[in-house]
Amino acid sequence: MNVLETFRTGLEAVVSHRLRSALTVLGIMIGITAVILTVGLGEGAQQQVSSQISALGSNLLTVTPGSTTSSAGIRGGFGSASTLTVGDAAALSSNVVAPDINAVAPASTVSESLAAGTTNWTTTVVGTDPSWLTVRGRSMTEGRFIAAHDLATRADVAVLGATTAQELFGFRDPVGQTVNIAGQPMSVIGVLNTVGSSSTSSTASNPDDQAIVPLTTASALLFGGSSRNSVSQILIQSTSAGTLSAAYQEADAELLSLHGVTTAASADFTITSEQQVLSTATSVDKTLTVLLGGVAGISLLVGGIGVMNIMLVSVTERIREIGLRKALGATPRVIRRQFLVEASVLGSVGGVLGAGLGLLGAAILPHFISDKITISPVATVGAIVIAIGIGIAFGVYPASRAARLAPIDALRSE
Amino acid sequence: MTPSEHPGSGSPGSPGDTAEVWVESTGTYPLVQPPVIEAHDVWKTYRNGSLEVDALRGVSVEIRSGEYVAITGPSGSGKSTLMHILGCLDVPTSGSFLLAGEDVSTMSEEELAHVRNRRIGFVFQQFNLLASMSAWRNVELPLLYAGVERSERKRRALGALERVGLDTRVDHRPGELSGGQQQRVAMARALVTDPDLILADEPTGNLDSVSAADVLGLLDELHRSGRTIVLITHEADVAEAADRTVRIRDGQILDPEPATSVAVGR
Repeated sequence: MNVLETFRTGLEAVVSHRLRSALTVLGIMIGITAVILTVGLGEGAQQQVSSQISALGSNLLTVTPGSTTSSAGIRGGFGSASTLTVGDAAALSSNVVAPDINAVAPASTVSESLAAGTTNWTTTVVGTDPSWLTVRGRSMTEGRFIAAHDLATRADVAVLGATTAQELFGFRDPVGQTVNIAGQPMSVIGVLNTVGSSSTSSTASNPDDQAIVPLTTASALLFGGSSRNSVSQILIQSTSAGTLSAAYQEADAELLSLHGVTTAASADFTITSEQQVLSTATSVDKTLTVLLGGVAGISLLVGGIGVMNIMLVSVTERIREIGLRKALGATPRVIRRQFLVEASVLGSVGGVLGAGLGLLGAAILPHFISDKITISPVATVGAIVIAIGIGIAFGVYPASRAARLAPIDALRSE
Repeated sequence: MTPSEHPGSGSPGSPGDTAEVWVESTGTYPLVQPPVIEAHDVWKTYRNGSLEVDALRGVSVEIRSGEYVAITGPSGSGKSTLMHILGCLDVPTSGSFLLAGEDVSTMSEEELAHVRNRRIGFVFQQFNLLASMSAWRNVELPLLYAGVERSERKRRALGALERVGLDTRVDHRPGELSGGQQQRVAMARALVTDPDLILADEPTGNLDSVSAADVLGLLDELHRSGRTIVLITHEADVAEAADRTVRIRDGQILDPEPATSVAVGR
């Protein structure tokens, strides 16, 4: 009996027990749908996180004053001590001291009220130098960024984030306009590109809503005299993602020696990486995906056991049929194949329908939940293959039971 | 009817083909043909836990080509066990059993399946038709397992159904046929492979007397056209239809009658 005939016979058996076959298929279908949707959700979340990483500026280290590792109990808390200076930033930008550091930007931030005409807007004002643009991985949509001569001359110029510009000037062109920052008129020289809000960023609540001024201008006009040389953070960009930890080591060693600190435990600064935050977020997403995928996998397993259950019932119910087929010349191998075909038909129909339902769900669900669902063709085809595999794997035992039945026992049973 | 009119007898020359065995037109009977059934001192022991039951205790029987033999005995006599062994559905515990000259007592399950497919046509008391399939699909089943091509299967199945007078019911399912008609479908299925032996196990047991007479008439007709038929029954009047009766009781054959002393082929 050739493959086609075996397939036809198996298919006929599936079709002749419509309701039972449909319910079995349903079990597999739900399992495959669950797997496709959870994997899609996980992949969607990871894609979101990685797009946030690139939005934040890559290979970024942030040095903040103070230390989180307070063991002595006498040092100030995180961010409270003004131990970082412009000098520290200048030292770190040396290629000799720190060859793996590409760019360094000292920055001080303060929340200030901005006014343009009658419009007021409170936002974060960042005092920094020209390398901030590189370190942050930003670009200009309009005008220019602050330049070295702006710092040297303490120029009263400001660069606005897209949201800030929109809030202050509406649809007017902000470049060339004047904005009052803490009562000080400054001319707008440029607008930053839009990167979209990222809730996981630890440095700015919204990278599109801020105003950038020269650090010298900010020190003189915004922060007062006592902290003229101190900065609230130093942003460091390594030469590549691979040299991030080397850059970390270099910055750490240089700052320790500059500050005259002998042991790393008593350091008066903290270096953090944006990617640390994001990798935590990513790993949480991965854990969730594994967890949900596991639950989906279990439902698929239950579906597989359903196939086995139905196939065993089918073997018992058709014991006379099997006996008759054997009496008429069906070999054990032919009987086994027939039942394997039945099981794999159940599995593959469930797999295809489940994949279809999963794709439908991926198209509809994002309208109701905020999460993105990314379906890859590989995962979909893989899910169908797994469904067929489950059908066959759970069909092996019932099929071999059918094949082993002695024809006389099978014929005798009523 | 001459043998050449048999449905599916388009394979002359194959050993044990009934077409070669009895040729009515010439009245000759080639004696070189080996007996269809040659069982010698067959024992069959069933183990039920620690209990051993001897269902057959040294049965020897010989059935020639073209014979019509009834095997009778009360229930529990071992006739069903003998039928299973003659039908290659089971193998003897000891003793030898040759089917058309071929020793089947040591065959594997796979080989037995092929022997059943090629050499034996079964007719059961319960008809054993597959309810989900039409009459002709039921009849073609043995050909399916013999690896016959689909159009040829249909042609031969329709031929066999015509032979049993059911050519107007080929597309009916068993549920749409009377008991007598169902048994005719089963007989067509037994005929379709053109077997050496037709083994009928209580074929009239589930039928009313009219249908039973009908089925026996058909068996008689098949016998007259040269087929070897073994009929298993516990009814004496049914056994009368056969040329020779082998009576079995307690796993042994009563008053064994040598096959050679019987006028074979009528």
